[in-house]
Amino acid sequence: MALELQAVTKRVGQAVHIKETSLVFEPGRFNVLLGETGSGKTSLIKLMAGLDRLASGKLLMNGRDVTGLSPQKRNISLVHQFFVNYPHMTVFENIASPLRVAGLAASEIQGRVEAAADVLKLRPMLKRRPHELSGGQQQRTALARAIAKESTAVFLDEPLANLDYKLREELRDQLPELFAGRGAVVVYATSEPAEALMLGGMTALMQDGRVTQFGPTAQIYRRPNTLVSARVFSDPPINAAPATKTGDRMRLTAGAEWPLAGAAASLADGPYTVAVRPHHVRPMHAEASEVKLTGPIMVTELSGSESSAHFRLGEDTWVSLAPGVHPFEVGAAHAFYMDPANCFYFAPDGALVA
Amino acid sequence: MRKRSIIPILYIAFLMLPIYWLVAMSFKTTQEILGGFSLFPQTWTLASYRTIFTDPTWYWGYINSIAYVTINTVISVTVALPAAYAFSRYRFLGDKQLFFWLLTNRMAPAAVFALPFFQLYSAVGLFDTYWAVALAHCLFNIPLAVWILEGFMGGVPKELDETAFVDGYSFPRFFLKIFLPTIKAGVGVAAFFCFMFSWVELLLAKTLTAVYAKPIAATMTKTASSAGYELGLLAAAGTLTIIPGAIVIWFVRNYIAKGFALGRV
Repeated sequence: MALELQAVTKRVGQAVHIKETSLVFEPGRFNVLLGETGSGKTSLIKLMAGLDRLASGKLLMNGRDVTGLSPQKRNISLVHQFFVNYPHMTVFENIASPLRVAGLAASEIQGRVEAAADVLKLRPMLKRRPHELSGGQQQRTALARAIAKESTAVFLDEPLANLDYKLREELRDQLPELFAGRGAVVVYATSEPAEALMLGGMTALMQDGRVTQFGPTAQIYRRPNTLVSARVFSDPPINAAPATKTGDRMRLTAGAEWPLAGAAASLADGPYTVAVRPHHVRPMHAEASEVKLTGPIMVTELSGSESSAHFRLGEDTWVSLAPGVHPFEVGAAHAFYMDPANCFYFAPDGALVA
Repeated sequence: MRKRSIIPILYIAFLMLPIYWLVAMSFKTTQEILGGFSLFPQTWTLASYRTIFTDPTWYWGYINSIAYVTINTVISVTVALPAAYAFSRYRFLGDKQLFFWLLTNRMAPAAVFALPFFQLYSAVGLFDTYWAVALAHCLFNIPLAVWILEGFMGGVPKELDETAFVDGYSFPRFFLKIFLPTIKAGVGVAAFFCFMFSWVELLLAKTLTAVYAKPIAATMTKTASSAGYELGLLAAAGTLTIIPGAIVIWFVRNYIAKGFALGRV
C-alpha cells in the first residue's frame, strides 16, 4: 500500500508547473507537503488525484500503474481548503454519497456514515444541510466523507486554512488519530511549517513546483539540505547572511565572528552562507559561547507571549523571536545573541555543508 | 402613512395604471368603454371572458402560445446547460469571442430573421407548426439562457466538480445529481426569461404561423379588425395574457433576486 510518483511532471502550455518529481508516500503516517502558496502543492495533489494529466512520468498505487486512470476509478478522497459539500444534500447524504455511488448496501452505508459522524462529532447534525453548519462543521463533514469512503489514498489540501484559529487547533489535534490505523496513504498540504511539525510523519518541502527535500519531518527540520529548504521550513523566514571562513573561524560580512567546532571546523576556507532560525536569535545574553550581533531595530511585533524584532545586520534583515515582552525601541541599535551551535552553514551553491 | 412612502406609492400607482385600466375594461361592456370616462365598470359583465373560453378561435390561441413557449423553454434550457457548463469550466480557443458572439444574436431585430425563417420553414414543411415558432425563438433564447446559466455556474466552485469526480461520480451522474440541484435557481431564472421572451414575442410568431399554430397575440389583432370595436373582448384577452407571466414570476421571484445579485439578469 503506497503511492509512488516516478519522474512526474506537469506542464500548462509552455509553463512547467511541476518539475520532475519522484516520491514514495507510505500509508500509516502523515505525509506533509509543505510550501508557500503557489509552490505547487495543489498542482501535485491534483495530479495524484487524477484531476490533471501528467506531462510525463508514472503514478503507481500499490504497485499498479494508475497514470491514465480517471479519478472515479482511483478509490481516493480529497478534502479542499474551501468547504466543499453537496449543498442540496443533508450531512448524512453528503457522507454517504461516495458509498451510494459505489453501490454499497443500505445497512453498510448507515453503519459507516454513523461511525464517521461519531468520530467527527457530527451525530446531531446528520439531518441538516451544509449551509446550516458552521465552517468547522462543514469541513468535518468533508473529512467524514473522506473517512467513510475508506479509500486507498486521502488528499487533504490545506483543509484547515479557512478555519479560525481555535477550530484549526482542535481539528489539527484530531487529524492524526482520525486516519491512524486506516491503512490509507494520507497526503496533507500546508503552507505553515508549524503544522508540519505538529502533524509529524514525513514532510516534502516544495518550492516553485519542485520538491526540494523529502524525509521524516523532524530530520528535515534539523538538517535542511539546502538554503531553499531551510527557508521553506521556517516561519518567520530563516535568517541568513554571507560569511567567510578563515582557519577555524567564521566571520560574518556584517562583523561578528566565532570559532568553529565539529564538522564546520573541517570545511575549506572561503565564502559561506550562515543561517539561523529566528527563535535561536535572542535579545539577551545567556551562554558564554554566544555570539553578539548588533543592529538597528526596524520593526517589532508582539504576538501572544512572544516578541519579535526585525533588525538590520549588514545588508540583511534578521528576525529575533523570543518569549516574553522585551523593551525594544525602533530605530535604536540593540544587541542580539546566538549560539553558533544552532547555525547552519551553506556552500555558495546553496547546499548544506555543516 | 409616513412621508417617504408617498413617492413609491405614487410610482407603483403609475405603473399599475394601465394594467388596472385593462382589467377594468375587460369587465365593461363595449358601449360603456366607448361611452366616456368611467373609473369603475358601471355594469359588470363576464361576457368577454365567456366568449374567450367558449370560442375555439380564442382559446386555441392560448393553447398554441403555451405550446410553443413550453417547447421553446425546454429546448433552450436543455441546450444551454451543457454550453454554459463548457463556457464556465473550460478554456478553449476563442471561448470569450464565442461567448460574446452568442450575445450579439440578441442585438439583431427579429424582423431581420422573419423572412429567412419564413422561407426556410415553408420549404421544409415546418410552417404553421409549434416547432416553427419554438425553434425560431431559440435564436434569442439559447444565448440568453447560456448567459444566465454561465453566471450561476461560475458561482459554483470548480472544487465541487472535482470532489464529485473523486467521490466516484461519473460526469452525467454528477451533472444530474449534484450540479443541476446546485444551480437550480439559475435554471429557474433562465427558464423564466425564455418563457417571458417567447411569450411576448409577436413578430416571428405571427409571421411563421397561419391557422393551426396561431398565437393569442395574433388572434387579438385579427379579431379586433374583423368584428369592429370589441374592446371589452380584447381587454379580457389581454388580461388573460398577463396571467401566465404573473404565475411564473411568482414561482421564481426569489431566484430572480439571486440572478440580479450575480449581475446576470
